[in-house]
Amino acid sequence: MLTIKGLKVSIDDKQIIKGFDLEVKEGEIHAIMGPNGTGKSTLAEVIAGKEDFKVEEGEIYFDGKNLLEMDVEERAREGLFLGFQYPVAIPGVSMTNFMRTSVNEIRKHKGLDPLPANKFMALMAEKKKLIGIDDKMTKRSVNQGFSGGEKKKNEIFQMAMLDPRLSILDETDSGLDIDALKVVAHGVNKLRRKDNATVLITHYQRLLDYIVPDKVHVMYDGRIVRSGDKELAKELESKGYEWLRKESATS
Amino acid sequence: MADSDKIIDEVTQSEYKYGFVSNIEADQVPKGLNEDIIRMISEKKNEPEWLLEYRLEAFHIWQQMEEPDWAHVKYPKIDFQDIVYFSAPKKKKYNSLDEVDPEMLETFNKLGISLEEQKKLTGVAVDAVMDSVSVKTTFQETLQEKGIIFCSFSEAVQNHPELVKKYLGSVVPKGDNYFAALNSAVFTDGSFCYIPEGVTTPVELSTYFRINAANTGQFERTLIIGDENSYVSYLEGCTAPIRDENQLHAAVVEIVALKDAEVKYSTVQNWYPGDKNGKGGIYNFVTKRGLAKGSNSKISWTQVETGSAVTWKYPSCVLMGDNSQGEFYSVAVTNNHQQADTGTKMIHIGRNTKSTVISKGISSGYSNNSYRGLVKMTPKAANARNFSQCDSLLLGDKCGAHTFPYIHTDNKSSIVEHEATTSKISEEQLFYLQQRGIDEENAISLIVNGYAKEVLNKLPMEFAVEAQKLLSISLEGSVG
Ligand SMILES: Nc1ncnc2c1ncn2[C@@H]1O[C@H](COP(=O)(O)OP(=O)(O)O)[C@@H](O)[C@H]1O
Ligand SMILES: [Mg+2]
Repeated sequence: MLTIKGLKVSIDDKQIIKGFDLEVKEGEIHAIMGPNGTGKSTLAEVIAGKEDFKVEEGEIYFDGKNLLEMDVEERAREGLFLGFQYPVAIPGVSMTNFMRTSVNEIRKHKGLDPLPANKFMALMAEKKKLIGIDDKMTKRSVNQGFSGGEKKKNEIFQMAMLDPRLSILDETDSGLDIDALKVVAHGVNKLRRKDNATVLITHYQRLLDYIVPDKVHVMYDGRIVRSGDKELAKELESKGYEWLRKESATS
Repeated sequence: MADSDKIIDEVTQSEYKYGFVSNIEADQVPKGLNEDIIRMISEKKNEPEWLLEYRLEAFHIWQQMEEPDWAHVKYPKIDFQDIVYFSAPKKKKYNSLDEVDPEMLETFNKLGISLEEQKKLTGVAVDAVMDSVSVKTTFQETLQEKGIIFCSFSEAVQNHPELVKKYLGSVVPKGDNYFAALNSAVFTDGSFCYIPEGVTTPVELSTYFRINAANTGQFERTLIIGDENSYVSYLEGCTAPIRDENQLHAAVVEIVALKDAEVKYSTVQNWYPGDKNGKGGIYNFVTKRGLAKGSNSKISWTQVETGSAVTWKYPSCVLMGDNSQGEFYSVAVTNNHQQADTGTKMIHIGRNTKSTVISKGISSGYSNNSYRGLVKMTPKAANARNFSQCDSLLLGDKCGAHTFPYIHTDNKSSIVEHEATTSKISEEQLFYLQQRGIDEENAISLIVNGYAKEVLNKLPMEFAVEAQKLLSISLEGSVG
């Protein structure tokens, strides 16, 4: 579904992604772990199409399409979803209005008519229930005055609404108390299907107590230094990131 | 907000959407301005002697005045002798829509304000003004039952001269300012509205203005009187055809609210702003003022300004009655080479008077958007309060936003609060929305509508929808 080959990305002449490869297949959940400043968010944003970065080398294919040639909104409409590490507030724009615009843009791309108001409201109600968020949140402006936990839950709620092929969740677990973490994990598990996939970007292995990944990758200094199954996360937890520094120095 | 998706979908063309010219024969007076022209206008309109005197006095005052240059706008000198001061569609009275010039009906249809539709669907009584003469007034019967007078200004002069004589110029005097004096001399028509004591208007009263005959400056005169304990919500909206020559528009709106009365006046203004290079477009020099005369009276202005090449407009409230209130909610959008200098004056005279000012400026392209506001607390205005918030949103880095707040306080018990912010649409916000499948233009439209929401929410529903549309249309092509 997602194939990244030899990706090198820089910003202001500083290379951040230094030769990155990844293959994600339908039905899989991948976890990418790594210390702060290693390029995880940069990777997520480059996949989503943020323009600040310069792709120096490599390719990204999504369902056979060359992502690097597509606009941000086109990628999204094709079913790529990014759960933001720091979701931004949009004052005065209600969650309802935002989601309706978004859902209908994606429907339009698929050649479908806009969802009638009653069906849309029913969809909202269904997804709120699925994720377990209350009504008040969707009546407010997008992320405006939301707590850290609410923002992250809101990202998962949007993921549920848009039903993407591939979700990249950037540190959706960080800063959450255990209850909020469970809400997020529960959401991801519920949305898991044979025909979609998820990439979890995380700093801690804590989230992986609740979501069982098929593959775990350890990222360090702009590239993947180790890949394995869920046991790798545990190993990383016990040994700490210090271990990686040595690893990468010798590799 | 319902329909916002539809609105966003509809917004696709980038040329001025309502730009078309209709070919209705006009009955005109010759170009130019002098006493004879004024006499001719007055005679054509079969006016009483006192009104002709009023016009002539205003004209003499105007002749002594200088065109103001303090506003933050630039435009070529206006040749007042090169303007036609009166034009009226030839046929005047209709008993049914069948008698109305089909081309005129077509014009209304294009604007989406066919009288038929308006009558049936929206329950809004429409006094449609094509150029200067009232064409058709609907819902007269319903309104008449309650004793509400809602008619063209000319009709009011003929049928209710005592009311017109009593209130005309009582809020905006003949010599108030250069453009008000000009209007007082040459105004051709407009709307008149009187709400009797204790009456709440059952529908929103609405007027659509449209500048039509080439080179005809429009000088509307609107007078709204809310008698004691009455309520009216009045809507004014307008669109205009594309023109190459600049067109002058200098309207005067006067509102009087007596004891316990409330008058809510909403405007969506969308006159031709000129093309992308700043060519053409309407000059809009308007004097709008409300007098909250009685105690506990309230006057509220809500405006969405997207049009005109040059706008000079300060809907104001004189808060004379004790406990009276004034409100000003404004969204002013400028794009390309548009210039807007707009704001309000809140003059507190009575005790415990209260005013609220919420101004949202949005500038893009090479435009200039200024807020100019005066809050005046006179010595008698004990415990008066004002709250003003002036926000500016910039799209791009070639446009300008300016705030000129003037505060005069002559008593110690009054409180004036002023807040101002300037912001830009952030890359983060755009990226977030685009990542959810929304393209840049629609993302900007969402952000801008969100920014202006506090004001848009003050508009009646059908107007709010139109206003959102206009915001989106006005900002097309402002990025990328
Ligand atoms: N917009 C930017 N401008 C300059 N440097 C940046 C920018 N974004 C990220 N970086 C740098 O890129 C590196 C990787 O950052 P990031 O992708 O956020 O890492 P992670 O998400 O793994 O913590 C850091 O050194 C960071 O300072
Ligand atoms: Mg990060």
